[in-house]
Amino acid sequence: MALRRLRMQPLRISLFITCYNDLLFPETGRSVVRLLERLGHRVEFPLEQTCCGQMHYNSGYQTEAMPLMRRFVDVFRGADVVCSPSSSCVAMIRDHYPKMAASTGEPRLIEAVEALLPRVFELTELLVKKLGLEDVGACYPHRVTYHASCHSLRSLHLDDLPLRLLRKVRGIDLVELSNVDRCCGFGGTFAVKNGDVSAAMLAEKMLDVEKTGAEVCTAVDNSCLMHIHGGLHRRRTGIRTVHLAEILASTEAETAQ
Amino acid sequence: MTQSEAREAILARIRNAVTRSSDDCEREVVAGYQRVGSRMPEERLALFVERLREYDAQVVTVEAAGVAKALGELLRPDAEHAVPWVAADGFPADWLAECPAVLPETEAGVDELNRCAGVVTTCTLGIAVTGTLVLQHGAGEGRRRTTLLPDRHLSVIHASQVVETVPEAFARLAQSATRPLTFISGPSATADIEMTRIRGVHGPRQLTVILAEDWIRLFPATRHS
Amino acid sequence: MTIRVGESATAPSFQKAALPLLGDSQLRKNLRHATEVIQRRRAVVAGELPDWQALRDAAAAVKQKTLRHLDRYLVQFEAACTVAGGQVHWARDAEEANRIVLELVRQQNAGEVLKIKTMTADETGLNQALEQAGIRPYETDLAELIVQLGNDRPSHIVVPALHRNRSQVREIFRERMQLPDLGDSPQDLTDAARQYLREKFLRVKTAIGGANFLIAETGGVCIVESEGNGRMCLTLPETLILMAGVDKVIPRFQDLEVFLQLLSRSATGERMNPYNSIWTGVYAGDGPRNFHVVLVDNGRTGILADEEARQTLECIRCGACLNACPVYRQTGGHAYGSTYGGPIGAILTPQLQNMEHAQSLPYASSLCGACYEVCPVKINIPEVLIHLRGRVVREQQSAMKPEALGMKAIAAVFRSRRRLEAAHRLAQAGQAPLVRKGWIHWLPGELGAWTAARDLRAIPKQSFREWWKETHRDAE
Repeated sequence: MALRRLRMQPLRISLFITCYNDLLFPETGRSVVRLLERLGHRVEFPLEQTCCGQMHYNSGYQTEAMPLMRRFVDVFRGADVVCSPSSSCVAMIRDHYPKMAASTGEPRLIEAVEALLPRVFELTELLVKKLGLEDVGACYPHRVTYHASCHSLRSLHLDDLPLRLLRKVRGIDLVELSNVDRCCGFGGTFAVKNGDVSAAMLAEKMLDVEKTGAEVCTAVDNSCLMHIHGGLHRRRTGIRTVHLAEILASTEAETAQ
Repeated sequence: MTQSEAREAILARIRNAVTRSSDDCEREVVAGYQRVGSRMPEERLALFVERLREYDAQVVTVEAAGVAKALGELLRPDAEHAVPWVAADGFPADWLAECPAVLPETEAGVDELNRCAGVVTTCTLGIAVTGTLVLQHGAGEGRRRTTLLPDRHLSVIHASQVVETVPEAFARLAQSATRPLTFISGPSATADIEMTRIRGVHGPRQLTVILAEDWIRLFPATRHS
Repeated sequence: MTIRVGESATAPSFQKAALPLLGDSQLRKNLRHATEVIQRRRAVVAGELPDWQALRDAAAAVKQKTLRHLDRYLVQFEAACTVAGGQVHWARDAEEANRIVLELVRQQNAGEVLKIKTMTADETGLNQALEQAGIRPYETDLAELIVQLGNDRPSHIVVPALHRNRSQVREIFRERMQLPDLGDSPQDLTDAARQYLREKFLRVKTAIGGANFLIAETGGVCIVESEGNGRMCLTLPETLILMAGVDKVIPRFQDLEVFLQLLSRSATGERMNPYNSIWTGVYAGDGPRNFHVVLVDNGRTGILADEEARQTLECIRCGACLNACPVYRQTGGHAYGSTYGGPIGAILTPQLQNMEHAQSLPYASSLCGACYEVCPVKINIPEVLIHLRGRVVREQQSAMKPEALGMKAIAAVFRSRRRLEAAHRLAQAGQAPLVRKGWIHWLPGELGAWTAARDLRAIPKQSFREWWKETHRDAE
C-alpha cells in the first residue's frame, strides 16, 4: 500500500461538505479530511460554498434552486477534483445541473457545468474509481450493517463500491441488511410532509437493522442516517448510525484510545 | 354533428401540442432486442414442453405417425360417460380414426360446447420461450368460442410449427395480422385471491398438447460440440 | 369539459387518506405479501431475458414516436377499423364518453351489460352512469367482481382486490351469491365465480370493455388477460363496446412483439399471461356483429403538450411501479383517491385534470426511483414528480404561501456566505431550549412531523467550517 501511495500523485481535492453536513454532521467532514490527508492528498475547502439546491429543486422550488446551482459552479470552477460525502447531492448535480443550465440558454453556464461534472465525485467513487483503492488503512472493530441509500443505488449506480471499501476495514464485523435497497422513508421534505408514511417506512427499516444485531448502521448519506438514527434513538435500541467516511477514517491508533 | 366536432377537437389539440419534424414518422425505431432465437431445434422443443408443463398443461410427445393413436387414448375414457368431444371444423379426419365418435363443431351450439368433454383442434404455431399456442381460427382451429367454453382443450401441434421467440412468432403471423388471433399460455388463471394461482376461472381448465415430432425426422438432429 | 378521474376531484389529500390505512394491519399484511410475490417473480422473468434493457428501450422509442404523431395514428386506426366493420367514436371528456356508451347500449335495448375490466371506464364513472340510466353492469373480472359485490373500490391496477383476503372474499360471495356453505379456499371461491358468471356470459348480449393496445396499421385491438372473461365478452355477445384512451394506440402489428414480452413479465411476473386476443373489426360467424371503439381523451391531450411530462402517456398499465413502490407498500391504492394509484397514479391523476385536483399526489413519494427501475417503458417517474411539484408551487401560489416564504428565506440564506454563517450561529444558539441530553424530542409547527416519530440529534457546537477555519488557517 505504501508503494501505491508513492505512485499515486497527490491530488488537490476540493471538499463539498453539503449544507446539512456542515451544520449537523461536522464529524463526517472532519473524517473526510482526515482520511484524504492520510492518503497523502491535499484538501481544500472553499468557504463560499453553501448548498447544491437539491431540497429546493426536489420540492418544486426550481426557480430558487437556480442561483444555488450558479453559485456551486462558480465556487468550484477552479477545482481539480470535487469530493462530497453525500450521494444525494452528487446525484442532484449530475442528474439535474445540465438540464438546469440548458434551460437558461446561456452557453458559458452550459459549458461550465459540462466541464465541472466529470470532476465531481461522491466519496466512495473518488476512493475506488479515481484513486483505485479499496483498502484505505482503516480499523473499526464493531459489528456494522450497511444501508444502500436510494441515490447511491439508482442515481449514481455505486453498486458495491461502499461494500468493497467496508470489507477491507480491519476488525470490522460486517452483517448484511435484509431489504438493503428498500427506501428508508426519508425522502427530504417527504419525511415531514408525509410524516406518517415516512414513519411506517422507517419502522420497517429499523426492524431490518435490529435483526442484524449490529451496533452500527452505516451509509454514504447522512440524510438517511439522520432519519434512521432518529428512529433508533427514540426506540432506545442503543444502535447508532455512523457515516461511512467516519468508519474509513478510523484507525488502530484511534480505536486503541 | 357532435362526433365530427369531438374528433376535430381532439385531433386539433394533439396537433397543437406537439412540435415535430415531417420526416420523423418514416424513421423506423431501431430495434436492439433479440428477434431470432438461438437454440437448437431439440432444445427449443424441450423448452416448449417444459414451459407448457410449468403452466400445468399436459404434454404428450409422439412421432408424426402416432397422432391418431395418442388422440384415441386420450379421448377414450370419456366415451364411457357418453359425453362426446367436439372436433373443430376442418380437423384432419384421419387423426380421429382411432377415436370414439366426436361431435363436429358445425353441430355444436353453445349448450353442446358447455357440456362436451372437451374440444380438439390444430393450431397455427407454438412459442417455446413462453409455452404459448397461437390459433388463428382457420380450418381445424375452431371459432373462438369453441376453444373457450369447453372444460378441456386438446391441441395437436407439429414440431415444425414451434418457434423459439415471440418476435419469431410475429414474423410468421405477419400475413395473419387481421385474422382473429388467440394466444394461449396455459389454462386460464387468477391470482386475485391472496396471490394463490388458481386454474380455470373461465375457459378450459385442462389444456392438453400433442406434440408431433415431424421436424426432427426430416432434418437429423445436429449437435453443437 | 368535464374531465374526470374516478373520485379524485373530491378525494381527501394523500396524507389524510393514508393515516387510517396505515392503521389497517390486515391491509398492510396483504399488501406486503402481494407486492413481494409479484416483485420476486418479476425480477426472475425479467432477468431471464438478456435483451430486457433493449426491449425497454424499444418500447419507450415506439411510444415516444407514437405520441409525436398521435393524430396520424389515431386517424389510421379509425380508417382501418372502420373498413373491417368496426365503428369508431371520439369522446373529449368523461361525460361525452359515458354518453356515447349509454347511447350504444340503449340502441341494443339492453337492460344489463357485461363488463371486462377497464380503468378507462372507472375514470369516467361509467358504471354509475349506467346504473343511473337503469342499466345493470356485471363485472366479470374476478377481482372486479369481488370489489363490485363488496361495494368497494379497487386498490391496485392489476390485482384490484389485493386488499381482501380469502375469508373476506368468502363472506362477500356467501352473501351476494347466496352460497351459505361456500368454502374459503381460493379454489372454492374461484369455482363459485366461474358458475355465477357463466350463466351471465351465455345470456347477456352486450359487453363493455377496454383495450390494452389499438393497432393503427391494421385497425386491430389487443386484449391481454388471465381469466378468460375477456375472451367470453368479445366472442359471445352480439355487441361489443370498447373504451380506450387515445394513448393506447401503437403503430404496427409487429410492435406487439415488444409490448407482449414486457407487459406480463412486468405485471404479474409471468412470461406470458394465459390469454391474448387480437382481432380486427367484425367477422362473419365468429364474434359480435356490432363492434364499437370509443376513443377517450379526458385530459390526455393536455399532458401531450407538456414535453417534460409527456412520457406519462407512455404507460402500458402494468402496475410494476406499484409493486416496487415503498410508499404504496404502506398504504395501498385507496390512499391515492383515484382510479390510478401508486407512482403512475401520482403523476397521471393530477395531470389529467391540469393540476386542478390531487395536488397532494406528486408529494406522495420519497423519490427513491424504484418505480423508474422497473417501468417497462422507462418512464422517469421521479423526474415527472419533481416537475409536477414545480407546477404546484407555481400554480397554487396562495395555498403554498407559508411554505414558499420559508423556502425563499432558506434560499436567501444559501445565497450568501455571511448569511449562512449567521444562520448557523442562530441555530446553534436557538436550539438550546429544545435540547435534552444532546437530543431534540419536539419541534414546533410543521417540523413537528419529524419529532412525531423520530428524535433529532442536537446541532453540534462547532460546524464543519468553523473547525476548518480553526485547523486549516494557513491553507486558505
